[in-house]
Amino acid sequence: MLRIPCPYCGVRDQSEFDYGGDATVNYPALDASEQEWFEAVYLRDDPKGPHTELWRHARGCRMWIIVERNTVTHEITGARPANPAHAEVLKRDFELETT
Amino acid sequence: MGRYSAWEIIKQGLTGNKGWERAWRDPEPKARYDAIVVGGGGHGLATAYYLAKEHGIRNVAVLEKGWLGGGNAGRNTTIVRSNYMIPGNTEFYEFSLKIWENLSQDLNYNVMMSQRGQIVLFHSPAGRDAAARRLNIMRLNGIDGELLDREQVMKMVPHLDYSENARFHILGAAYQPRAGTARHDAVNWGFARAADQLGVDIIQNCEVTGFLHDATGAAIGVQTTRGEIRAGKIGVAVAGHSNRVAQMAGVGRLPIEAHALQAFVSEAVKPHLDYVIAFGGIGHFYISQSDKGGMVYGGDLDMYNNYAQRGMLPVVHDVHECVMQVMPSLGRARLLRSWGGIMDMSMDGSPIIDKSPVEGLYLNCGWCYGGFKATPASGFCFAHLIAKDEPHPAGAGLRLDRFRHGAMIDEKGAGATAWHH
Repeated sequence: MLRIPCPYCGVRDQSEFDYGGDATVNYPALDASEQEWFEAVYLRDDPKGPHTELWRHARGCRMWIIVERNTVTHEITGARPANPAHAEVLKRDFELETT
Repeated sequence: MGRYSAWEIIKQGLTGNKGWERAWRDPEPKARYDAIVVGGGGHGLATAYYLAKEHGIRNVAVLEKGWLGGGNAGRNTTIVRSNYMIPGNTEFYEFSLKIWENLSQDLNYNVMMSQRGQIVLFHSPAGRDAAARRLNIMRLNGIDGELLDREQVMKMVPHLDYSENARFHILGAAYQPRAGTARHDAVNWGFARAADQLGVDIIQNCEVTGFLHDATGAAIGVQTTRGEIRAGKIGVAVAGHSNRVAQMAGVGRLPIEAHALQAFVSEAVKPHLDYVIAFGGIGHFYISQSDKGGMVYGGDLDMYNNYAQRGMLPVVHDVHECVMQVMPSLGRARLLRSWGGIMDMSMDGSPIIDKSPVEGLYLNCGWCYGGFKATPASGFCFAHLIAKDEPHPAGAGLRLDRFRHGAMIDEKGAGATAWHH
């Protein structure tokens, strides 16, 4: 069982969270080239070792957070609220404050 | 090395079993081969075997960083089936099942292929419609499949939970009689022995640490922990680590993530289950009984990027909830072992057998959950691609560029799948 330190709620069991994948992916502008969209949607670094990734505290505060985790040892070295753009979307669509 | 036969067993039995030779050699790597296959799992060994057998390319080395069967070839639930319905997959997996049916004879090695049939349960009218549609598509493609109603399933597998209290009522099942199981280690060893007999060098404890390129950027060899090895062509069959090796080789990033999939085996019990059972639609669960008596079963991925060959407890919990929903009679059985394998999860859930953008380098990857059943066809098609520089018809749909063109093979039919895993 991973124990994820939610920046809003404190340390909680992994089973309260949903996984959100690689947090280093930057989605391009809507009118960006097909190549840029292809790379953002499909290609992944898939590192063996430290990985920056998104988790959502779905059965808790429902916030998206960014976790630094090692994909071999599962050691978690940090967790912070997800990026400002993400928080913006949550606020706009779900009226969730991420302060 | 001789052929295995009943006569050989009698002869060896009468002479104290002292005459058996090792099944394959343990050669030192040569400085150059016509072709190298990176990865000594089932797929890599099958590729080397078919390169030698079908295409006469016998100056071949298989490079394995650990030992044969230490990766996913030994970390699966041994199920073999061809109940796929999306073009690209359908013909490929049926081609594979046809090879499985004669594999023991072809390899002169008993892979214990048991065509006991697979029963995929459904629990709703919508599930019945989906099963009927899948079966119709399979039958139009010449693949066997039957729709079973509740009474037929009760007769074939009497000890599932058919009670009024069942959380998910069993309304029927999609049945593929030719599906079944095979012994995974034997598949590896059989391909290794057969390839070795055709002259293939199987080199274990030999990790590829880098690639050699010529001035044009073409791949011309590999650096390994046992020295530099050059080759005319290099096939990469390292599912679980494909993205790592592709990036090392200059291919760049692949549309793949590594995830752990767990499998479980119970203590041995009396013969209890004659078929492979899959619990589909609600939960994700598949179970069969091994010849030793253990119940072998598995479920979903651990669902986060993972290179550790072990699983976490939430999935252990989910899978055993499925056990209790489908076969409550196993509630008192003890779990004997569990293990995790690292899956190459491609972005559409289907595999890739294709040339890479690097000249001389070929990719066999993205096997997701489906690698074991694909082993012989994967090797057959990959060998064809490496030898002839064009895809085999049965594997022609499994292209690397399908993601770029939006021509994905989305077997689950669940819409856009970049987020599937």
